[in-house]
Amino acid sequence: MQRTIHSGFVLHNCLAGLVLLCVLSGWAGAAELHVPAVVEAGQSFSIPVEGAGQAIFYLVGPDHIVKRNVTLGSDLAIQSSDVRAAGRYQAILCDSSSCTSAVFQVEAAKPEHLSFFLRPSRVPVSTPQSIDATVFVFDQYSNLVLTPTAVDFRITPATGAGFSRPASAQHGVAWMRMDSTPHEGRVQVTAILGDVQEARVIQQVAAEACGLRMRATPRGDVVTIETDPVRDCSGNALPDGTVVSFTKVDREGKSTVDTPIKKGVARVQFSIHGPARIGVACGVVLGDELALNGKL
Amino acid sequence: MKWGIVAFLAIVTAVLVALAWVQSGGLKQHAMFSAVTPEEAVQALMTQIQAHNYEQAYASLDRSSDTDLASFVRELGGSDGSLRTYSSLQTAEVSPLHADGDQALVRVRMNWSSALGSLDDVRDLHVRRYGSVWRVVWPKPAPSAVPPQVVPVNYLRWEVIGRNASQNWGAQDVDSPKVRITSMNAISRPGRVVILGEVENEDTVPAYLNVNATLLKADGSPIEEEGSFDLISHVLLPKQVSPYRIDFPGVRMDSVKSVRMDARALLVPASADPVIAVSDQAVSKDGLDRNVLKGELVNESGRPVNIAQVLAAYYDNSGKVIWVSDGYVDRALLPQVPVPFAVDIPDDIAGRLKNYRVIVNHYSRSSN
Repeated sequence: MQRTIHSGFVLHNCLAGLVLLCVLSGWAGAAELHVPAVVEAGQSFSIPVEGAGQAIFYLVGPDHIVKRNVTLGSDLAIQSSDVRAAGRYQAILCDSSSCTSAVFQVEAAKPEHLSFFLRPSRVPVSTPQSIDATVFVFDQYSNLVLTPTAVDFRITPATGAGFSRPASAQHGVAWMRMDSTPHEGRVQVTAILGDVQEARVIQQVAAEACGLRMRATPRGDVVTIETDPVRDCSGNALPDGTVVSFTKVDREGKSTVDTPIKKGVARVQFSIHGPARIGVACGVVLGDELALNGKL
Repeated sequence: MKWGIVAFLAIVTAVLVALAWVQSGGLKQHAMFSAVTPEEAVQALMTQIQAHNYEQAYASLDRSSDTDLASFVRELGGSDGSLRTYSSLQTAEVSPLHADGDQALVRVRMNWSSALGSLDDVRDLHVRRYGSVWRVVWPKPAPSAVPPQVVPVNYLRWEVIGRNASQNWGAQDVDSPKVRITSMNAISRPGRVVILGEVENEDTVPAYLNVNATLLKADGSPIEEEGSFDLISHVLLPKQVSPYRIDFPGVRMDSVKSVRMDARALLVPASADPVIAVSDQAVSKDGLDRNVLKGELVNESGRPVNIAQVLAAYYDNSGKVIWVSDGYVDRALLPQVPVPFAVDIPDDIAGRLKNYRVIVNHYSRSSN
C-alpha cells in the first residue's frame, strides 16, 4: 500500500509528526537505511533494508510525501515518480519499536527544456545593447539544471549572415546582450543546448526618420505635398501608419494635418492663399520647409 | 336661476379651454407670434428650442429664412450621432447688438449641456419687424454633405494577437509600445496646480496611453495623484505626439517639491483612418470678447466622425508648453465638410503664446 500526500500544509504537519515520533522513540534499535548520497531526478533506485518483520516507510520530499508498508530484509524500491522533484529528501523507516532515517539529495536530470526570454519584441535598428536574451535550463521534470552547461545563441537576421554567441549557464541561467543590427526585419534568435533548441523572433524596426524631404505639386489653388520615401538614417523605410505632420502657414492662418505614411510616403493637400510656408515633421524630427510664393 | 347655471357652465368651459391652451404652449406660441421686441422674438424662439418644439420654432421664423424644417431640426437637434444629439439647451442669454426701425441684430449665447460638459454656441441673429411683430431670420445652414462620390481609402489598421494564456513561462509575446514624455511643465493657476506637456509614441505600433502625475512633498510623500483624463489623445499612432494636461484642484504650488510622472501604454488594435485636417487656425476674439483659437476641421476620410474633440497645445518663445486646452465639436464631421471649432485661451496665456499645435481626438460609431 502506498500513499502520496501533496500540499505544503499537510506535508509540514506530517513531517513534524514524524520527527516527534522519532524523538520519542529515541531512534533506538531500528534497521539502518543505506541511501545513495545523490540521485538523479526521475531515476528509480532501491534501498537495502536489514532486519525482519513489518515496518512503515516514509519518503519526505520537497513537494510530496510517500507512505508505504514494507517488509524488512528485502530491498526497498523507490519508483522514479517518487523522486522527480529536485531537492533534499528524507527517508524514514519505522518498525514497531523505533524509527531510523537518512537524507539524500535529488539533482536535476539532463537538460530537456529551455525557457527562453527574448526582450524586447521590437527594437529600433542599430541600437547598442538593446537586445536581451535569457535562458533558464530545465530537465524534463521542470527542475532547474544547476550544473554549468554551455548554451549557444544563434542569431539569424532577415538579411546577411547569421552568427553565434556562446554563453555558459550558471545556476541554471544563461544570458547575453547584443546590439540590434542596421537592417530592419525579422531576426530569429535560437538558444541551443545540445539537442534542445528554443527559437524566438524579434522584430527590428526602423529608427527615427532622417532627412525628411517633401515636394509640392500645384494644381489650381491646391497644392499636393508628398514626402520622399520616409527612411531612417540607415536607409530603412519607416512602416506604413507612422504619422507625419504637415503644417502650412499662409494669410488664412495655420493648417495642420497629421497623416499616416501609406506605401512609404505621406501625402496631403492644402489650399493656398498667398505666400505660404509648409513644414513637415515625424515625431520629434523636423524635416525641410517649402516656401511657396502663392503663384501656383 | 336657469340663466345663472348657463352662465356658470359657460364660464367654467371658458376657463378650462384657457387652461388647455396655456398647457399646450399657447402662451409661448402667442408670445412667439406676437413678440413686440427683437429680444422677445429670440427669447421665444429659444424657449421653443429648449422644449424641442422645433416645428413651432420653425413656424415662427421669418419667411425669408434660408432654411427648411429638416435642416433646421438637424442643425439644432443634431444628426449623424453628433454630440448635439446627446445635448439639450440649458440657457440662452439674449442681448441686443443693433436695432433700427424694422431690423435688429441680436446676439444669443446658447449654453448646451451634453454628456461631455457644457458647450457654448454664440450666434448673431437678424430679426425683422412685420407690423407690431418681430421674427427671427434664421441663417442658411452650412452645407452638410458633399456630392455623391467614392472616396478611396487604403484601410490601414493594426490588429494584435497576444500570447495564449496556456503557453509556457517564457513563451513569445509582444511588448507594450514604447512611449516617452518629451516635455513637462508645472504651472500655478488660480486655485490649482497644473501639469502639462507632450508625450510621443516612439514605437512602430499604436498605443493606448494614460499619463499620470503624482505631486510630492519635500519629504517625498505624495500629496495627490491625478490622470490626464480627457485632456490627452489616448490612442497614439506611431510617432504621433499628443499634448496632455493634468489638473490638481485645491493644491498650492508652494507645497509641491517635485512631481513623479508615469506614462503607461498598452498595445491596442487601431486604425490610421480617418485623417482629420485642421485648417485656417488663428487666434482671435470671439463674440464674447474671449481669446479663442479658431479653425475648421475637415474629415478627409469617407466615413462620418460622430464626435470630435480638439486638443491644442500653446508654446512660448522658448518652445515650452505653457497651456493645453480642449473643446468638443457638437456637429458630426461628415466627409470633406469643414466644421468650425473654437477653443478658449486664458487671457494671460494669449499674451505669452508664440506658437500652437492642434490635434483632434475622434469617436466614430462602429458600423457594419
